[in-house]
Amino acid sequence: MSNDREILTGEHFMNGNVACAEGAIAAGCRFFAGYPITPSSEIAERISERFPEIGGIFIQMEDELASMCAILGASWGGVKSMTCTSGPGFSLMQENLGLGVMMETPCVLVNIQRGGPSTGLPTLVGQQDMMQARWGSHGDYEIIALCPSSPQELFDFTIKAFNLSEMYRVPVLVMGDEVVGHMSERVVIPPKEKIKLLPRRMYTGPPEEYLPFKPDKDLVPPMVIAGEGYHIHITGLTHDEKGYPEISAEAQKKLVPRLVNKIKKNADKIIEIEESNTGDAEVIVVSYGISARTSLRAIELAREEGIKVGMLRLITVWPFPEKRIYQLASKVAGFVVPEINLGQIVYEVERAAKGKTRATLVPHAGGHIHDPKDILQAIRSTLK
Amino acid sequence: MNEKHPMDYLLREDRIPHIWCPGCGIGSSVSCFIMALEESGLDLKKVAVVSGIGCTGRVAGYVKLDSFHTTHGRAIPFATGLALANPDLKVIVYSGDGDLIAIGGNHFIHAARRNVNMTVICINNFLYAMTGGQVGPTTPLFAKASTSPYGNFEQPFNLVHLAAASGAVYVARWTALHLRRLTKAMVEAFKKKGFSFIEVISPCPTSYARRNRLGDGLAQMKFYHDNSIIRHGADPKDTDIGFQTKIVVGKFIDKERPDHYTFMTQELEKVTGGKK
Repeated sequence: MSNDREILTGEHFMNGNVACAEGAIAAGCRFFAGYPITPSSEIAERISERFPEIGGIFIQMEDELASMCAILGASWGGVKSMTCTSGPGFSLMQENLGLGVMMETPCVLVNIQRGGPSTGLPTLVGQQDMMQARWGSHGDYEIIALCPSSPQELFDFTIKAFNLSEMYRVPVLVMGDEVVGHMSERVVIPPKEKIKLLPRRMYTGPPEEYLPFKPDKDLVPPMVIAGEGYHIHITGLTHDEKGYPEISAEAQKKLVPRLVNKIKKNADKIIEIEESNTGDAEVIVVSYGISARTSLRAIELAREEGIKVGMLRLITVWPFPEKRIYQLASKVAGFVVPEINLGQIVYEVERAAKGKTRATLVPHAGGHIHDPKDILQAIRSTLK
Repeated sequence: MNEKHPMDYLLREDRIPHIWCPGCGIGSSVSCFIMALEESGLDLKKVAVVSGIGCTGRVAGYVKLDSFHTTHGRAIPFATGLALANPDLKVIVYSGDGDLIAIGGNHFIHAARRNVNMTVICINNFLYAMTGGQVGPTTPLFAKASTSPYGNFEQPFNLVHLAAASGAVYVARWTALHLRRLTKAMVEAFKKKGFSFIEVISPCPTSYARRNRLGDGLAQMKFYHDNSIIRHGADPKDTDIGFQTKIVVGKFIDKERPDHYTFMTQELEKVTGGKK
């Protein structure tokens, strides 16, 4: 039931990680399992402080493998669940992220990205896990990943992530970064009635007729939880609609394309982007997370020089808004893609543009945000 | 032949025949498990079985209960989340020695340390059976396996010692021969609040016995019969298992310690005043 400690309605000055924790609480998350890692730990710390007063369960697990697995178990126990991590922990979570995909388990994984590879830059920013977010676990699958650019968005997108995970029965990734996680800004937490929450899609029919993996029209099967007498069997093996293991090419063909298509075919409903001045743009900056904010200064400088620059900010990075990129590709001299890595999302932009225009990477090896002048230079060169 | 076996209502008949080899002890342990479930009078709606990967990992797929077949080694953390999210559930982890103690070893000791509410049943057949009989963390010294063709020269874990030292409140070891005693141990373990652990020494005729020339499943049962020593209350550190040595079985630990969920929620309530 509602109590005034659940949603801290009002205006706050808080950092992104704290805002993320508050977003999770506002979304109804009541189970958190995690392992300490810089620069994400403030999320776990805030949750551990806040959960007792709202009846949530916080557990610090022995590693990130266990953390990811525990939130899957909790989700099947009927509680909205989340974990958070950064680079090395994200690598460890890939194993059971795949299990979450296969078991179609709603849950949220927040990655406050730092510089890699390996231990890399524990305290400094990176955006180098973007392709790992898409392809990190083995096998074919589709995932949903959101990219916040501010503490406010870490609050808002964490709620959005829970809603999408319940809607599509898939783990949803919030791909933050060290700067967004650690910067403090104004965060507005709306009143409870203004926060839209999607309930879990539960099956309520008789147990003997229930098929745990029989999809609805939108390819997502309704769910039940443990302890309600449905006697479900849920496995990471390839399985039939009953949930029973079936090791055959036929079963694989029935299951895995559906897991992919429930995201692909609903991509138009899932994808969110933010455009500004793309209508008459000669150059469009495509960016996400903190780099999208750094780009704003470069765009301002370019406009002062009379260059028509537009901005397409990726809110949903996965699934990727390839249709929109393709539409815009034939209208511009080029895309400019600043990201704090040596080239990841730029290849996706290039792929989506299908040769209609070029995509120029503005790379950064990590440890700092871009100098807007480097982005400006790329905008200028695009018109040469 | 249409008559129902009295256990059928707890088995997924549509999944039978099972995958286990003739002479394997896992099936016998499942019989004990089902008898123990009946005897314990647990509300079967509220029982969940969680398995990892391997021959024993398949148990979750044959019992007509809420059952989860997770990733290799991760049954315990999955079960931890499940048990904490719904404290009304009786969560039973059923898996093998390689799964629980090698790849999942860290989770095992930490769940025991925390005293999470769960019963862990470990079928110990001394190697990785499903993948073809590779050496594992419980393979006795000098025993042969497909990746220790000249013998195993690593000291194995003594599982009951490990569980007891890590904080389990109930620790027992039986063999696949001790059906009544194993059933009774399961009933006792189910009633326990906190982390209870049962090791079941089990024949693997296909891999372990064949490679070590120990005969068929029956020969191994005969070996258990002749070489098991029941010693309740024995100090777990004195119960190491060597290659074809005596096997000390019995109930070694049965003590009280507040379980993780109860202790944590009670103490948090005291300190913070609990849910507002």
